Amino acid sequence: MADRPSAWSAYRAVLGARLRAQTAYRGSFAMEVAGNLANSGLEFAEIYVIFHNVRALGGLDLKASLLVFTLSRVGFSLADGMAGSMDEVPRLVRSGTLEVLMLRPLSLLGQIVTADLALRRFGRAVLALGVLAVVLRIVPVPWTPARVALLVATPVAGAALFTALFIVAGAVQFWLVDGAEATNAFTYGGSYAATYSAAVLPLPLRVFFSFVVPAAFVGYLPTLALLGLPGPAGLPAWLGWWVPAAGAAALGLALLAWRAGVRRYTGAGG
Amino acid sequence: MPVLWAFAVGGFRRFSRYRAATVAGAFTNTVFGLLRASVTTAVVASAGGTLGGYDTASVITYAWLSQAVIAAVHVFAWTELAERIRTGDIVTDLSRPVDLQWQWLAADLGRAGFVLIPRALPPLAVGALTFGMNLPTAPGPYLFGLVSLVLAVAISFACRFLLNLAAFWLLDLRGPMTLYVIVNNLLCGLLLPVWWLPDWLRTVAAATPFPSMVQAPVDLLGGRVTTPGQMAQTLAVQAVWLALSLLAGRWVLARATRRVVIQGG
Repeated sequence: MADRPSAWSAYRAVLGARLRAQTAYRGSFAMEVAGNLANSGLEFAEIYVIFHNVRALGGLDLKASLLVFTLSRVGFSLADGMAGSMDEVPRLVRSGTLEVLMLRPLSLLGQIVTADLALRRFGRAVLALGVLAVVLRIVPVPWTPARVALLVATPVAGAALFTALFIVAGAVQFWLVDGAEATNAFTYGGSYAATYSAAVLPLPLRVFFSFVVPAAFVGYLPTLALLGLPGPAGLPAWLGWWVPAAGAAALGLALLAWRAGVRRYTGAGG
Repeated sequence: MPVLWAFAVGGFRRFSRYRAATVAGAFTNTVFGLLRASVTTAVVASAGGTLGGYDTASVITYAWLSQAVIAAVHVFAWTELAERIRTGDIVTDLSRPVDLQWQWLAADLGRAGFVLIPRALPPLAVGALTFGMNLPTAPGPYLFGLVSLVLAVAISFACRFLLNLAAFWLLDLRGPMTLYVIVNNLLCGLLLPVWWLPDWLRTVAAATPFPSMVQAPVDLLGGRVTTPGQMAQTLAVQAVWLALSLLAGRWVLARATRRVVIQGG
């Protein structure tokens, strides 16, 4: 077995090739990075228009809302860069490409994720982290060592939560196949819900977008914990400290769902 | 005309085959309707009960109506024509004895005709059951709203057609298309009512055809615009944008087709 290359070096070769391929066409790459940055700008424009009209939304003022917004964008863009290619699962199933991937001695999920590790999407994450640094300067957080630790853990946990969402959406495709777009309601709907204070949602929606689609855990709950604010009905503020645990749990459940989905898959001998 | 009718029927029948995708799309519109209705009502509540002429009931109506019409108006990316230009299949369309713009417009109206009901009714029903909607009871708003909706679909098509023609010059349309969708979604009244934009941004919006795509039909259908004068004005603005966007498309198409070289086949 000593002469067999390790899985790690195989991934590294695949990843290196993907990254070089993406930057080969510099014009297109620059355009796509610009498009992705403009997309972040649009999401921000919505917050700007709302706070042009009101002073607070869902119990949060502009500064706290900006913290929710930037934390959720950091989490989402990191996850989108890593696992956004789960969108491709229906196409892989339909075209039979999935069987080719299954034959290779690498993890199926690992291959799909690295197949389209999109550099252009990470442009958004870099922008979001930069904006987060600016927002943290204007938000009055009563810093303690625990809050610093929570702040560092939150983007990682947010990325884990959205990655879990993308993986579950990919796993569901083994049952859906024909209605692939239905999962957009939860991935992109969850992304949208995560940019706002969960207090704007009526109670049933708030519970759904916290404990089924864990959108509130990405930005809103950590913001409550960081600023020491009380939570709305159904979402006690102490939940904010459980964001890292929620990220790990969601990722674990998502991997179980993915395994169940792949077990269900029946190839057509493609 | 019978030829164009055939294109419209073709567009209708083609989209009627994608049943599961239509159901999935209606589901997504419904979930986004729930979220947008929540956010917009929270904004109105924060503003003290009314904002930009909307109270809680009318902003809920706005949120659900906008989700109901966007599939038909298609405010999203569309590169089908650009794809045909890139592959050269456009030559087939050009060699037909029917005007290129009219045949694609007819097909797009047919598409909208199919998509409208199955994509609009589920979100409207859920909206009425959950948030409760405040729809007009007189027939006028629906009649003029439908005319406005047809104009909105045609304007949206004319703009997408124009943008797709850029494929005669550009190899990759993803960047411009992304930018178009982003600016459109902000200014058409999909994210938030155009009436909530800051003055400078509303001025920018008024100088584009985007508010004519979503805000105009939603204003008429939702009964926000009620006097005959206002209705006529809304429809007239849409008609002007339709004429301008179609003419721009024809002008660019005329210049583009001079570049087309058909190599036998």
